Amino acid sequence: MTQLIQNLVDSLGLGGTYALLALGISLIFGVMHLVNFAHGELITVGAYTAYFLFSTVGGSWWWMPVAIIASCVLASVLTERIAFRWVRTANPFTMLLTSFALERLSHALWQIGVSPKAKAFPKVSWAFDTYQFGDVRIEKMDLVTIFVTALALVVTALVFKRTLFGIAVRGAAEDFDAARLMGVKANRVILGAFAYAGLLAGVAAVLILMRTPSAKPDMGSAWLLAAVIAAVIGGMGSFTGAVAGGVALGMLQTFLQSYLPEGTLSYLNDAFVFGVIAVFFVIRPQGLFDVTHAERV
Amino acid sequence: MLELADVTTRYGAVTALDAVSIHVDEGELVALVGPNGAGKTTLLNTVAGLLTPATGTISFSGERINGTEPATLVRRGLALVPEHRRIFKDLTVEENLKLAGVTVARRLRRERVDEVGSLFAVLRAKWNTNAGFLSGGEAQQLAVARALMCNPKLLLLDEPTLGLAPTLVDAIFELLVTLRSQGRTVLVVEQNAHRALEIADRGYVLRSGRLVAEGLGSDLAGDPQLFEAFLGGGL
Repeated sequence: MTQLIQNLVDSLGLGGTYALLALGISLIFGVMHLVNFAHGELITVGAYTAYFLFSTVGGSWWWMPVAIIASCVLASVLTERIAFRWVRTANPFTMLLTSFALERLSHALWQIGVSPKAKAFPKVSWAFDTYQFGDVRIEKMDLVTIFVTALALVVTALVFKRTLFGIAVRGAAEDFDAARLMGVKANRVILGAFAYAGLLAGVAAVLILMRTPSAKPDMGSAWLLAAVIAAVIGGMGSFTGAVAGGVALGMLQTFLQSYLPEGTLSYLNDAFVFGVIAVFFVIRPQGLFDVTHAERV
Repeated sequence: MLELADVTTRYGAVTALDAVSIHVDEGELVALVGPNGAGKTTLLNTVAGLLTPATGTISFSGERINGTEPATLVRRGLALVPEHRRIFKDLTVEENLKLAGVTVARRLRRERVDEVGSLFAVLRAKWNTNAGFLSGGEAQQLAVARALMCNPKLLLLDEPTLGLAPTLVDAIFELLVTLRSQGRTVLVVEQNAHRALEIADRGYVLRSGRLVAEGLGSDLAGDPQLFEAFLGGGL
């Protein structure tokens, strides 16, 4: 029982972070049918922003989250303006290659410009302090992660349900040309989607970096892979799906890690995770949620 | 109000619209008819900015609008009710109208949504229903209501009666006449060629991308040879 609760807390934290990233990927996919493989690089941008600020002007974790989130929003918006806007009308494969190119470019720039090695920066002093609830010990950081993620998801739900921007994004995701005919400006709604995806990635980056305060050129790739899988599990383009997919993936990883026997098998955790996902897609190729408007007309 | 001069539109190597010249004057209801594949939808989409003409000039209120973003045209008062309606099925009726109110100043938007909503009683009844659950007739009314949100001077409608039951077809034709009587200019593409021409001030017949006939709506509607030759016979 103790183990179960511990695992649930762990998987909610991890899955929540996946969900934030998967939402961004799903959002961009919705408005422009691009699986943005450069999305994970936003975490890297956030990490180096923190590293530079800590090592130059000094810094404090009181305001560092704001700087990290701002850098992610800015980077996300810049990729749209500099790269994706010019290939928007090209075929989807061109867009996909553009996002791969951005990912590799980002790796190379950090390697050449900073260092191929990981650069550490100060950690959050209280992150791994624990609270004791009966037999269960929960890290402060776990609670912060779950609370912040939940808050971000609620705010996101409200934004997409209540604001004109949110309604426009949902409409554009369903039928982009119809939205243009209503007066939605294509550039603006796509730029807005990139900004919001950057914001969510920024929140994820803060949660990740508070746990592991270091920057490495290729650190975004593992998160990207998990986020894309989560988005696909949920049904690409579905907002609820991205969240459900993220949490499902987090649970799968945490529980397998916990219940696989010590030793060789636990090293194969990822292999088991991908095996389960492969079987899931054989049974349900469309993902958890049906997305009826997957093709842009 | 709207003038097309020798407008040609191509999809790659295929010419869908071949040097077509038409005009729609203020306050007119004009019908554009022709068999399937004649280029009617291409013409409307070219005017609305979804397609850019290869050659020729389109002008709206005296300004050249070739290749102008649809979002800009809507703000100038040109709205298209697209083929197959293309309402947002995952949004509620109210959200569909709100989204279409993106061109309306923030403080007037709420009011305009109510105003347009009140013109269509059936929509009022399904205000918070996802538009995907609407019947064909309701969906068509929503599509028209959505286009009215920007208070257009010129309204383009693409096959508004497609797939509707006969009584609803009547209602849509009545709606077109009402729109004209409210002072709006209307260009409608219709498969119900005869009925559309009957209520229209003027009509154009398009076939294989070319203009083959034009005239007063009533004259065209009363021309059996025209129907025999271009519109698949039968009145």
